[in-house]
This record gives sequence, structure tokens and C-alpha cells, in this order.
Amino acid sequence: MSDQNVLLQVKGLKKFFSREQKGEIRAVNNINFDIVEGETLGLVGESGCGKTTTGRCIVKLYHPTNGEIIFDGKDIARIRSKRDQLEFCRNVQMIFQDPYASLDPKKKVQDIIGEGIDVHHLAKSREDRNHQIRGLLATVGLNPEHAGRYPHEFSGGQRQRIGIARALAVKPKLIVCDEPISALDVSIQAQVVNLLKKLQKERNLTYLFIAHDLSMVKYISDRIAVMYRGVIVELGDTDELYHYPIHRYTKSLLSAIPHADPYKEINRSRIIYQFHEGDLNGELHEIGKGHFVLSQDNQVEAYKEQLKNEKKN
Amino acid sequence: MSETILSLDDVHVSFDSLNGKVHAVRGVSFDLHYGETLALVGESGSGKSVTCRSIIRLLSKNASIDDGSILYEGKNILAKSQREMRSIRGKEISIIFQDPMTSLNPTMRVSKQIALPMIHHLHLSKHEAMKRAIELLKRVGIPNSEVRYKDYPHQFSGGQRQRIVIAIALACNPKLLIADEPTTALDVTIQAQIIELMKDIQKKNGTSIIFITHDLGVVAKVADRVAVMYAGKIVEIGTAEEIFYLPQHPYTWGLLQSVPTADEADEELYAIPGAPPDLIHPSKGDAFYSRNPYALEADRYYEPPYFQLSPTHFAATWLLDERAPKVEPPPSIQRRYATFYKKHGGKP
Ligand SMILES: Nc1ncnc2c1ncn2[C@@H]1O[C@H](COP(=O)(O)OP(=O)(O)OP(=O)(O)O)[C@@H](O)[C@H]1O
Ligand SMILES: Nc1ncnc2c1ncn2[C@@H]1O[C@H](COP(=O)(O)OP(=O)(O)OP(=O)(O)O)[C@@H](O)[C@H]1O
Ligand SMILES: [Mg+2]
Ligand SMILES: [Mg+2]
Repeated sequence: MSDQNVLLQVKGLKKFFSREQKGEIRAVNNINFDIVEGETLGLVGESGCGKTTTGRCIVKLYHPTNGEIIFDGKDIARIRSKRDQLEFCRNVQMIFQDPYASLDPKKKVQDIIGEGIDVHHLAKSREDRNHQIRGLLATVGLNPEHAGRYPHEFSGGQRQRIGIARALAVKPKLIVCDEPISALDVSIQAQVVNLLKKLQKERNLTYLFIAHDLSMVKYISDRIAVMYRGVIVELGDTDELYHYPIHRYTKSLLSAIPHADPYKEINRSRIIYQFHEGDLNGELHEIGKGHFVLSQDNQVEAYKEQLKNEKKN
Repeated sequence: MSETILSLDDVHVSFDSLNGKVHAVRGVSFDLHYGETLALVGESGSGKSVTCRSIIRLLSKNASIDDGSILYEGKNILAKSQREMRSIRGKEISIIFQDPMTSLNPTMRVSKQIALPMIHHLHLSKHEAMKRAIELLKRVGIPNSEVRYKDYPHQFSGGQRQRIVIAIALACNPKLLIADEPTTALDVTIQAQIIELMKDIQKKNGTSIIFITHDLGVVAKVADRVAVMYAGKIVEIGTAEEIFYLPQHPYTWGLLQSVPTADEADEELYAIPGAPPDLIHPSKGDAFYSRNPYALEADRYYEPPYFQLSPTHFAATWLLDERAPKVEPPPSIQRRYATFYKKHGGKP
């Protein structure tokens, strides 16, 4: 991977929210990761652990409390001129978690998708604009004839696809996908995942793919980072992480995936993770090639040993 | 054996739109028993949410229920006034909506939003209701609920908002709970916790549940029976066992095939080919015809009736007609059949 171009670097990112009373919420508390151009990094973890907040910092919707985000070699906090800001917006798109709240209800779908095309002057003519919009709708599996409809006329899953079409419209380099498929039925999930993969190949797109559905994340991600309470607890190649999870939280997460098989579900038990103070101390250490686990210095050797043993069996 | 709490018979719902009438629900019938969980699955846009919204009569203004009947405890829901409906909603029938943000009031503290229905319907004192609200927040897994109950919805993550909506729905111990993708925004561990909570409450109070979800793993975990919807219709309904191990409709086959299995290589995922059907001009035959690799000529012109396979299992596909040629289901489906016969014996 070393000869590849690092597109995004997140260094020591922190984002705290202050509350009226009783202190602050440490939504993201010192995380580090890189994403290489053309790669998909999956970001998974408990609801409320800071995934969306991380994504929002990357697209500059939030100002980090601390830390740096470097996109394409530039610190995004230092983007000042309007022109650079516009270019950044075009290059880094986000697909939002809540499809309904993120679509303007008073706008027709063609104008929601067309907005970016207009702002960035990506259409040569009115016709070209319409042609692009229709193409995008077809790409995400919606009927191009429905371009003139309003968001409320669509089902939940259909609205999510409008959000995907909107992000694709400006031909970005990096897309932060915040649970883009959870509102879709499995067949359309499969369609969208196949589509995102295909677009990635064709356009060398890079994704940060936030999700909690681990079975789909596995398909799309090259590497996966597991978050818990604002911290990354484990990071590694997808296959490695699925077969040899080391951190207790990762183990519990994988054990909770339900299978489409009632006979198995009846008897299956899941590993429950008991959180202890101090669990989140330490930092990410490499315990196998490309496999990082949150640990304190004196735990590293034991983790290395554990991984070796699990691989033997 | 068990009695029916809810009964839908040939329900049709449509929307007026600029482009014409959208036939979103086209003849849905099912019964729900006391204490039972029925999962509603199917393609995005197939009418699951609209079906559920009809049951509590919360459809948008451009909607109309054109035909059919909905009986709740034997009473005709469609004949009730909106005032009568208001006293049923939230108390006897609770719904968890698909878009949590649209069902939360952004300007009201979440504790108050959970407490209000308890004050209103259960006549609890303010203090009592608040105490229970905090308790409920804890049970749906909101950390530090003693502190955070005073926060507003936007201060919570997507999944936390979803859990607040669940807490509101459970507040009054409803007899019927309609849950529209209640765990979609949650990670698997919290999802498991919420499902355990719902099952717990169901066992204690005999709650009947309609559970809409895209996640067939969740269906396997919660459902007694499963109804599969496509283009505004139920194309197959049966016990969870029948739907997972003896599926008959090619759409059900497609859904089950799309589930990623644990150890496949990175080949493409199976996706049902083609685009969803046009609900403004529904085809006169089987709506799945153009996407169905197993389609028969008959599917093009005639709507398939329900064929009965067991006292509980029905499927609407001409493949089950005695005149139809024998087709081999896809291999992964045949493996499911084999699992069933291995367990129960009988024909291979
Ligand atoms: N207010 C409306 N006006 C016009 N059409 C509508 C309206 N609401 C829903 N529809 C249409 O009705 C159909 C059924 O929608 P519904 O929301 O029930 O789908 P669903 O099965 O719940 O899908 P999803 O899984 O995506 O939530 C869809 O094709 C949708 O476009
Ligand atoms: N605007 C805000 N003000 C205060 N607290 C917030 C705000 N946004 C998020 N939080 C809190 O920060 C934490 C992380 O939230 P975030 O939305 O990043 O979680 P998430 O990992 O995306 O979860 P989910 O899977 O449920 O969407 C949560 O505890 C949440 O309550
Ligand atoms: Mg989120
Ligand atoms: Mg829906």
C-alpha cells in the first residue's frame, strides 16, 4: 500500500460538545486513521460512538475541537478562499444518515440532484443537465420519469437513493457514506453496494463507509475501523478483522450479527461486552501486519501472542 | 387457535400525485393474533409503511383508502372519527415510524416527549411519568439517562433518537405495536438489546407486534410469521419456518439470495435484476413478471391467485398451478429446502 496516494489523513481528531449543564460530551476523542486513494474504509461501532461526528468533521460541517484533517495534502482547516472551499465541497461529498431530514421537502428531486451540477457549472446546457439527472436516477435504481416528484412522494429507501444520486452528481473524489444502505431492502442494498463498488473502479472513488450492518460492510470495505465511545479500538484488513477479532468489543459486535436462519437464531448466544473503566486507555498498536488494537504498552505482547494462537487454530 | 387482534381484508390505498394515481397498496389481507409477531418484509417502495399507516389512519392528505376493511378487536377502524383514533393511538396502538426525526418534536426535551403520553393516557402524575421516562431511556440503552433526559433531540445520534422513539412507543404498554424499521439505525449489539426488550414486554403484556424490517437476520430472530410484499401486495405469507426454509415465490427467493452469507469471496452480491414496477399504471399480470427469471407466460396476463401450501402458508405465483412446468429453484434455495427436510423428514 505504501506506494499509493494517501487521500485523507485524520490525526488526533477530537470533537466535544458542550451542554447547558453537566459538562461536555466527548463524541470523538482522539482518533487517527488514513484512507488511501481508491480504497474503502469501513467505520463501524455502537450507536452513539461518534461515527457521524467523525464524518461531519471530515466534510467540514463541524469544527474539530482538536486535531487535523488533511485532504489531498492540504489541511482542511486552512481552506479560506471561496474558490478553494467550493472545490473542497465538490471533492468531498457526504451521503446522510437521515434521508428525510437531509432532503429539502419543497424541492423537486431534479432540483435536489441538480443543485450541485448548477453550483459547480457541470452541465453544458439545460438538456445536458436533464440528461445527467436522468442518468443518475437510473444509476441508483430509481425511475427517471420521477424526476419531477417531491421527496415525500417516495418511500424511505427511495429517498436514500436520492441522497446517493445527489452526492454522485458532482463527481467527488471522496464520499463519506453515513449508513447509506440501512434503509434499503437487501436486494437494493446489494444493488447499491455493487453500484458503489463499480463506480469506485470506474472513477477511482474513495469511500469512508459508516455502517453498523457488518455483513454488508464486509463486502464493500478493504479495511475496517471499529469505534467505541469516541475511540477506535481496532483497525485492520476486512478479512483479518472478521476472522481474528481481538478486542473484546469487536468480538461482541461480530457475535451479535443475526443470521437469516431461524434454526440457528434460536440457539445462538452472543458475547456481551462489559465495559470497564480504563478499557479505553492506551493507543493503537500494531499486533499483526496492518492489524491495530487499542492497548497499553504492557498489553501489546499478550495481544500479539493471542493473534498468533488464534491463527494457528 | 389464538384470537385475532387485527384483521386486514383486501385493503387498497392510493395517492393522488401530479403524474397520476399511485396505487401503493393493492389488496392486502392478513390477520394478526394476540401476542404474535408478524414481520413485514419486501422491496423498498412496496407499500409496507403505507399499509401500517393505514392501520392507525395516519396517511398524508393526498392519500385515500379506496377499498377493504381493517378490524381492530372486531371494530371497524375505517369508520372511526379522527378524535376516536387519537385516543387509540399511543395508548392501545403504538407506532414507531421509519424516520425518527419526523416523529420527535425538535423543540421539546426528550423526557417530556416520553412522559406526555403517560400523563395523558395513563393519568400518571408528572413526577411519576418523569421517573418512568428516565427508566425507559435506560432500558433502551441511552447512557447517562439521569443526565441526558433533559437534552433535545438534535443532541442525540441517529440511533439514540431512534431509541427515544422506541421509548415513547413503549411508554403506555400498547396492545398492538407497529414498528417500522425500529432497529435499522442501530448497531447489532444495541439492536439485539432492543429486540430482547421488545420480546420481554411482549411476553409480559401479550403485546402483538407488526415488525417491518429489511434485515432478514432480524426477521429470523423475531418473527412468528412473515409476510413478503411486492408492488403493493403480499406475494407470500407463512410461518417464519415456511418462509425461510420452504419459500415458493420467486421474489422471496430473490430476497433470500441477496443476503450476504458469512464466507463468500468478494464476488458480486446477488441483486434482483431490473427496476421496481410502476404503481401508477400497474401491469395487469403479475407485477414481478418483468424481473422474474422464472416467469411463465401466464404471469404476463393474469394475476396469480393465492395457492395454499399449508394451513398457514400462501403464495401468489403461477408456478404453483398444477399446469405449470416444474422449475428448479436456485441452488441456495434448494439448500434451504434440504435443511427443512433434514429436520422434519419427508420429501427431499
Ligand atoms: N405521499 C405520497 N404521495 C405519493 N406517493 C407516495 C406517498 N407516500 C408513499 N408513496 C408511494 O407509495 C409506495 C409505497 O411506499 P411505502 O412508504 O409504503 O414503501 P415501503 O415499503 O415502506 O418502502 P421502504 O422500505 O423504502 O420504506 C412508494 O412507491 C411510494 O413512492
Ligand atoms: N449536536 C450535538 N450536540 C450534543 N451532543 C451531540 C451532538 N451530536 C452528537 N452528539 C452526541 O455525540 C455522540 C456521538 O454521536 P454521533 O452522531 O457521532 O454517533 P454515531 O456513531 O453516528 O451513532 P449512530 O450510529 O446512532 O448514528 C452521542 O453521544 C451524541 O449524543
Ligand atoms: Mg450516526
Ligand atoms: Mg417504509
